[in-house]
Order: sequence, then C-alpha cells, then structure tokens
Amino acid sequence: MSVLIYAENTGGKFKKSTFEVISYANVIAKEQKTNLVAISIGNVENAELEKLAKYGVDKVLSVTGEQLKLFVNQAYASIIAEGAKASSADTIVLSASFSGKGLAPRIAVKMDAGFVDGAIGLPSFNGSFTVRKGAFSGKAFADVSLTSTNKVISLVPNSYKVVEDTKPAAIETFAPVIKESDFRTMVKEIVRAADKVSLPEAEIVVSGGRGLKGPENWGMIEELAELLGAATACSKPVSDAHWRPHSEHVGQTGIAVSPNLYIAIGISGAIQHLAGVSASKTIVVINKDPEAPFFKAADYGIVGDAFEVIPRLIEAVKEFKSAHA
Amino acid sequence: MKILVCISNVPDTTTKITFSDDLKSFNPAGVQFIINPYDEIALTRALELTESQAGTVTVINIGDASTEPTIRKALAIGATDAVRINATPRDAYFVAGQIAAYAKDKGFDLILTGRESIDYNGSQVASMLGEKLDLPAVCIVKSLMIEGSTATLEREIEGGKEVLTCPLPLVASATEGMAEPRIPNMRGIMSARTKPLTVVEPVDIPQLQQIIKFDKPQSRGQVKLVAADEVNKLVDLLHGEAKAI
Repeated sequence: MSVLIYAENTGGKFKKSTFEVISYANVIAKEQKTNLVAISIGNVENAELEKLAKYGVDKVLSVTGEQLKLFVNQAYASIIAEGAKASSADTIVLSASFSGKGLAPRIAVKMDAGFVDGAIGLPSFNGSFTVRKGAFSGKAFADVSLTSTNKVISLVPNSYKVVEDTKPAAIETFAPVIKESDFRTMVKEIVRAADKVSLPEAEIVVSGGRGLKGPENWGMIEELAELLGAATACSKPVSDAHWRPHSEHVGQTGIAVSPNLYIAIGISGAIQHLAGVSASKTIVVINKDPEAPFFKAADYGIVGDAFEVIPRLIEAVKEFKSAHA
Repeated sequence: MKILVCISNVPDTTTKITFSDDLKSFNPAGVQFIINPYDEIALTRALELTESQAGTVTVINIGDASTEPTIRKALAIGATDAVRINATPRDAYFVAGQIAAYAKDKGFDLILTGRESIDYNGSQVASMLGEKLDLPAVCIVKSLMIEGSTATLEREIEGGKEVLTCPLPLVASATEGMAEPRIPNMRGIMSARTKPLTVVEPVDIPQLQQIIKFDKPQSRGQVKLVAADEVNKLVDLLHGEAKAI
C-alpha cells in the first residue's frame, strides 16, 4: 500500500500548493505506516523534482513526453490512475486547483473511490476516515466519511501548512501506455498575467466593492495589493457592472477564498459575499457605514471613507515594510 | 445539435442555512429553491447555441417531485424538454451515475453542467460524467464557442485562462462569463406548463461515502475598531496580534 500525490507544476515549477499537498499526505502516510509516492507529469527538470523530497516523499514517478507538456485532463487522469496501480496506492491526494478540480473526479471514478473535493483538514484516523470540507459555499462545513477501499482527496490551497521532512527520495521514470482517445482536447493558448498573484492561492487578498464608486478608482487597491504581495478581488456588483473581471468575483457564486488576510474595502457584506470569505483567517473591513453588516463578520475594522483611509494605509504599510526590511 | 444541461435544485443564495436536529441533513423548511446559478449560466449558453444553429436543449435533474418547480423554470427560460430522475441526490457520484445511465445512448453532442452546485460545492459531476461516458470534460469554462463539430473553450486557470479546442461530443462545466442568465418571459412561463417532463426511475449506484455531520463556522467575536486617522495601529495589530503580515 502507499499514498500517492499528484505534484502539479506550472511551467515546469512546483507551486506552494503542491508542497501543501505533500505535507498533508505525509501525515496520512505516516499514520498508515506506508510510503508516500509523488507523480509528476510534464517536462520537469530533475533539480525541481528533487524539491519534492524535502517534504516527505519516498519516491517520485516522473512522466514526460511531448504530448504531455500541457495539461490534458483525460490523459493526466489516466496516468495518475496508472501510477496508483503501479505503486499500489489506495489513497490519492491532489490540490483543489483549477486543474485538480477536473482531474480528481475522473480518478475517483476510475478507482471506484469515495472522494472529498475541497478538504480543509486532515482525515480522522479513529476507525472511520472522515474529512472536513466546506459546504453551502462557506456557510457551513460537512464531515464526509469515505467508506470505500480507495480514497481520493483534493485539498483547498492555503488550508494546510507546508512542513519540511527531508528524505532521500528516488526519482523514477514512469511511462504508462495512454490511449489516443485521451488526447482529444488541444491547448491553443495560455494567457497568464505574470506579475499578478493568483486569487485562489493568495495568502493576502485586497478586495473592493461598490464603495469605490468606479473602475477608475482601483489604482489604490492595486497599489495596496502589490505592496502586500496580495491578489486583488471584488464583490459581485462590481464584476456584474464590469468594473472588474468575473475571475476576481469573490462570494457564493464566485470564487471562495481562504487567505491568511482578507481586506474588504467598500464592501457592505451581503450574506453571499460573506459565504465566499468565511474561511479567511483574519478579516479587515474598511467601510464608511458603521452599520455595514461586514463589521459583524470581521476581526478588525475601520469606519471611514476609503478614499481617505486607503492612501493612509498604503503609507503605513510602506513605513512598516521599510522598518522590517 | 443536441444538448443536455444538468440542473441542480439549490437553496436561494440569500438562505440562512440550518440543519436537522441530528445535523446529518440540510433543513429545507421555509427555504426558497432555485436553479443552481452556474447551471443557469450553462442553460443560457445552450439556448444561445441552439438559437444560432438548430438544435434541442434537454434539462435533467435528479430529485423527487418537489424539484419540479425548478425544472419548470428551466423550461420557461427556454429548454425544449426535461427529464427528472426520481431519486434523492445522495452525492455527486450518484448524480453522475444517474445522468450517465440516462445519456449514454441518447447521442448528445454537448453535455453542460455548472462549475459546482452552491449547496454541496462538489464540482465533481462534469468530470465524472466525462469519465463514465468516455468523453473529454473541460471544467470551469468561461467561454464556449462551437463551429461545425469543434468546440473552442476558455477555462479558468490560476492567474489567467487557457484556450483549448475539442471535437464534439464533450462535457463542459460553466462559470461566470459564459453567458448572462435570462429572465423567463410570460410566453415562456405559459409554454413551460405543457412542455414534456419525463420521469425516469433511478439505476442502482454503490455508495462510497456519507455525510456524518454538518456544522457552521464559529463566530469571530467582537470586531476591533481602529480610528480612521490611526491606520498605523491596524498595521501593528495585523503584524503583532494577527500575525497576518
């Protein structure tokens, strides 16, 4: 038996979410007194593969090939399932990233596995295998018990801490045979803003609402975000008005985030917005209306006009950064 | 073109969530149910595609008779016909299994779902359907164009988007941007009453998991207010107390 993780890479590099997945799966492997195996797909250099060993991986299966340079959901899922077979893995863990959300259900069906999508904590090991996840778009949690022999878990980015546990991992080439019909999708183009922090993975999020009055006023939001190394986000009315792209919409019908720090500026705090941010560790609300419902769901608050408070906050963060540089 | 849109019957987004006394199930008392918002985006795009090219849009839901108002709403928005699999949707694996069993010999060119339902947030059904029907599945899609027998899709990725092409048939899950939902007009509402709604009995699907209990996030306690002219204090608190920066 073993625990298998999918080591997702972006442009040949592993991201923090991959190390979170390994750290999480390492606890499961130790509890079950079994090996932790990582599978990497795409053309990743050995020096990068070696990084996986820093977090507790015993063995790395590296799958490369011209057809596999870019993500192909069906083919990647087949490869991971083959990797599970080859390493007798009964538990598969991967990130609930955009690609992971497409892969995990396919793997679960292939393996007749119970599946927790978007786990936020470790399984219980007291006889039952129960995993906690968010439900009702952040308004609740559900504890899901997997009763099948095989199990698949996808882990929400930022919900488990990276823990180092260096081991001498062996890197092996793995070349399963994948059927041609698994390659029906063809990537034409990848558009990625290189200088922007990705919202679902961000440790800090600076979010703006209707209180900012118009898209022309987002400069200060972006400046604050850049200073903090944060992603920018917005409320639903803002993306509905096309002030900001839909991909920045945080809330029940947008993206659910779980950063260490969520700063909400000019957002009143409708129940649908609160649902999408409730998993944030610390919430700061800046709003000129002292009655805004968001203050009831915040850790820290400033009652004040965003157009006065944010420039001051930018200066204060600059001072803080130069003092702590 | 023959399109199948999978719709889920979910609590309205303004609902305050409560649970049964044993915490094992959602309490539906007094709750207004709607078409899952992402499914409504998928439905709208399906209608747009069959308006620009000939075709039909079938909606499918897994539920007992209480979900019929939601199904009728989908018909009022413009779906051609509807299917209800007469069962309580136990989990995504069950739902995908039921839809796959229905769809496997129907020759759909395109099967659409929402990116996730806003109740159980599984985001599993599209990909599971793809696997069960041996079709490509593209998830969290914000743009879907079809020309001849080829689809061009844009899916969300961290910090950007990926543009891909895929031959039909395929499965895709919709997110914001794919279409703007429509409000049904009076003619749609009237005609929805007489459009075909077929009830199909479920197939057996093994159970691999169950929900042990639900609970709600803990309250954060009293907010600490900082004066608007003392923002330095906020930075100090975020550093020293919250360890957030």
